[in-house]
Amino acid sequence: MKDTLGLIFAYQNEESMQSLTKVRASSSVPYGGRYRIVDFVLSNMVNSGITKVGVITRNNFQSLMDHLGSGKEWDLSRKNGGLYILPPFSQSTGYRGKMEALKNAESFIRKSTEEYVVLATANAITNQTYDEALAYHKEKQADITIIYKKSQVKKYEDGATIGNIITLDADNRVVDVAINPEVGDAEVCRSTEQIIIRRSLLETLIADCASHYMYSFHKDVLQRHLKDLKIYGFATDKYIAKVDSIATYYDASMDLLSGETRAELFYQPNQVFTKIRDEAPTLYLGDSEVSNSMIADGCIIEGTVENSIIFRGVHIHKGAVVKNSIIMQDADIQANAELAYAILDKDVVIREGRKLYGWERTPYVVAKGQVI
Amino acid sequence: MPTKKRAVAMLLAGGQGSRLGVLTTQVAKPAIPFGGKYRIIDFPLSNCVNSGIDTVGVLTQYMPLDLNGYIGNGQPWDLDRNDGGVAVLPPYQKGKAGEWYKGTANAIYQNIAFIERYDPEYVVVLSGDHIYKMDYNKMIEYTEEKNAACTIAVLNVTLEEASRFGILNTNDDNSIYEFEEKPAHPKSTKASMGIYVFQWKKMKYYLEADEADPNSSNDFGKNIIPAMLNAGERMFAYEFDGYWKDVGTLDSLWDANMELLSADSPVNLNDSSWKIYARSANAMPQYVSVHAKVKNSIVAEGCRVHGNVENSVVFNDVYIGRGAVVKDSVILPNTVIEDNAKVEYSILGQGVTVAQGAVVGAAKEVAMATVEPGKMSGYMAVLGDSITIGENVTVKAGEMLAEDRF
Repeated sequence: MKDTLGLIFAYQNEESMQSLTKVRASSSVPYGGRYRIVDFVLSNMVNSGITKVGVITRNNFQSLMDHLGSGKEWDLSRKNGGLYILPPFSQSTGYRGKMEALKNAESFIRKSTEEYVVLATANAITNQTYDEALAYHKEKQADITIIYKKSQVKKYEDGATIGNIITLDADNRVVDVAINPEVGDAEVCRSTEQIIIRRSLLETLIADCASHYMYSFHKDVLQRHLKDLKIYGFATDKYIAKVDSIATYYDASMDLLSGETRAELFYQPNQVFTKIRDEAPTLYLGDSEVSNSMIADGCIIEGTVENSIIFRGVHIHKGAVVKNSIIMQDADIQANAELAYAILDKDVVIREGRKLYGWERTPYVVAKGQVI
Repeated sequence: MPTKKRAVAMLLAGGQGSRLGVLTTQVAKPAIPFGGKYRIIDFPLSNCVNSGIDTVGVLTQYMPLDLNGYIGNGQPWDLDRNDGGVAVLPPYQKGKAGEWYKGTANAIYQNIAFIERYDPEYVVVLSGDHIYKMDYNKMIEYTEEKNAACTIAVLNVTLEEASRFGILNTNDDNSIYEFEEKPAHPKSTKASMGIYVFQWKKMKYYLEADEADPNSSNDFGKNIIPAMLNAGERMFAYEFDGYWKDVGTLDSLWDANMELLSADSPVNLNDSSWKIYARSANAMPQYVSVHAKVKNSIVAEGCRVHGNVENSVVFNDVYIGRGAVVKDSVILPNTVIEDNAKVEYSILGQGVTVAQGAVVGAAKEVAMATVEPGKMSGYMAVLGDSITIGENVTVKAGEMLAEDRF
C-alpha cells in the first residue's frame, strides 16, 4: 500500500472514561499491559505498508506525544514520510467533528502525494490490515469505502455510544448511515471507523464542508452524499472493540483473557508495536498465585492475581489479592491489600490491608498517582 | 572529525566460549541469552553507558552474525550517537594482507586507528564474559589519581579459588609487582577480572612493541601486562567488591541465572539507577492460565504458561503446555514445551521443541546420585538451539544434545 496516506483521529477525550482521560487523550489510555489504545490502528497502518501517517490531536496530547516520540518503534522515523503529529493549527475550542479536525490537517493532506487515504479513529482495538479493503475499493471504483463489522451491539449505560450503523444494498453499496441509533438484538453493520477515500476527493470534501460550516464526517459527508458518491461497505470479521467509556474499556481489557481474542490480536504475523520500556522480566516470589492473567515485564508478584491485567513495573506484595482488575504501570499493591473489579491508573499506591471493590459493569477507577 | 574523548572502551567479544557447548555453536559467548531477556554483552555495554563512556568498540570474530544484528546501531543502550557511539569491529583486510585477531592484544592493535580517531586519554578494555555492575568511571579516576600506566580490576577470592585465576601480587599501596597466571601456590587472593584501564599513550607503545615480537602470543595477561611490569611502569590493582560472575561454563551460567531469583538478588535488575539495557523483543505481556502454577521464577514477555514453573528462568515467547513441568531450569527464547512434558535441571536453547510427554533431565539430587556427569553439562541436560525432542522421548541428565531426537 505504498500509495496510501494514513490519518488517525486521536483527539477525542471521552468524558465517559472518567479520570483515565483527565490526564491524557483517549487514544493514549494504557491498554493490555503495555500498549496504548492508539498502538492498534497505528500498527495496522504500518503493517499495511503505509509509511506516512498523520496523527490528529487536539488537547491533552502530551502523553500521546511522549508515547509516539519520533515513531521509531513503529518504524515511522523516516526520511521520507514517517510519523507526523498534527496538533491544532490555531486556538480553536475543540473539534465538533472529524471534518473540522481534517480542516486543521488540510495543508498536511495537500502536501502529500499519495493517491489514497486511510482514515481511522484511535479508539479501536483491532489487528487488521487495509490491503484487502483497498483492493475492494479499487475494484468497486468506490469514492469512499467503510470497513464494517456485522454483529450484535452490546449496550452500555455509561456513555458508550453505538456508533455509526450502515445499511447496505445487495451490491454492498451504502444506502443509509445512522448515527447512534437504537439497535435491538439483531445483527447490524457497524462502522469500524476505518475508512478509505481518494485523497483528491477528501480535499474537495474538506473545503466544501468548511465553506458550508459543516463539520461531521458521517452527517455532512456520508449522509449528504449517499446518492452522488459511491460509498461502499467492506466487511471484516476480525476482532474489534470500540473503547469510549469505562465499561467498554473494562470489557475490551478482559477480552484479552480469552485465548481467541489474544490469538486475533497478538498471535499474528502482524505485530502490535508500542514504545519500549527497559524493564527486567517479571519475578515471581514466595507464595505467588497467578491464574488467568496477563502480566507485563518488570513486575514483582508475591501475592495472588486472578483474572487481571497487570501492566509494567507493578509490585504485588505478600498476601495482596488482586481479582478481576486492571492495574496500570508502576502501581504498588502492598501487603494484604485486596482489589476486585478495580481499574488503577498509573503510579497508584494501595497501602497495606486496604480493600477496594467495584462491580463488573461499574469498576472502581482510581486516578493516576493516588495513594489509598 | 570526531571529537576528543576522555575514554574509549574496547569490548573483546570474539571468543567462542567453547565450554558452553551446544549453546555457542551458532553464537559467540557474549551473545548468549541471560536472565530472561538479556545477553551477556548487555552488562558491559550498559556499564559503559551508565559510567558515562559513550564510545565503545566491540571486537567480534567468532560467529558474529547474531551479535552484529543484536548490537545494530546501539540504540537500545543509547549508543546511537552522532559523535562516538558503538562500533562493531571485525577483523579486516589491510593492504595485501588480512588476518584474524591473533590474541586479545592483537585485536586492539589492529584497531589502533579506531581509537586514535577519538584521541583518548584512557582506553578501557572489557570482555563480554561476565555478569556484573561496575562504574568504570571510578576506575578511570583511580588510574588518574595514581598516575598509573594501567590499572587492573581485581576481586578478592578465596585462597583455593585463587589457583583458577590470574593473580596480582601487590604492595601495600596496591601497586602491582607481579602477575601470575593460575598459580599453584598463590601469594595473593587478588584475582584479575580482565578489566583494564590504560593510559592510551602507554598502551599504544606496548601494543606496537608486542606486535613486533614474533614470539609473543599477543595476549594482555600473558604478554602486555608482564612486559609493562618488567619495564617498571606504574601499575595498580583496583579493588572491586560487588557481584561479579564468570559465566564461562554451563554450571556457572545456570548458577548466575538462579541467583536472580530473589528479592535481594546481588544483580538487582529492577534498579533504575543502574539499568541494564537490552534489545527487547516486541512481545505481548505474558499470559498465565488458570491451569498454571508459577513459583519463584522469572518469566519474560510473550510467554504463555499453562503448566507448572518452579525455580526457573523462562525467556520471552516460551510456550509451556498444560500439565508440563519446568523446574530448576533455564529456558531460552521461543522454546515450546508441550503438554505433560517435563524439564528438570536443564538448560534449553532457543527455539527448542519438547513434544508431549517427553522428559528432559532429572531432579538435581536424583541426577547427582544416579548418573555419570557429562563433560560440559555436568548433571544437567542441555539442548542446543532449534532442536526437537519427540513425544515421550527421554533426554537423560548429563546429556548434551545438538540434534533432534525422536
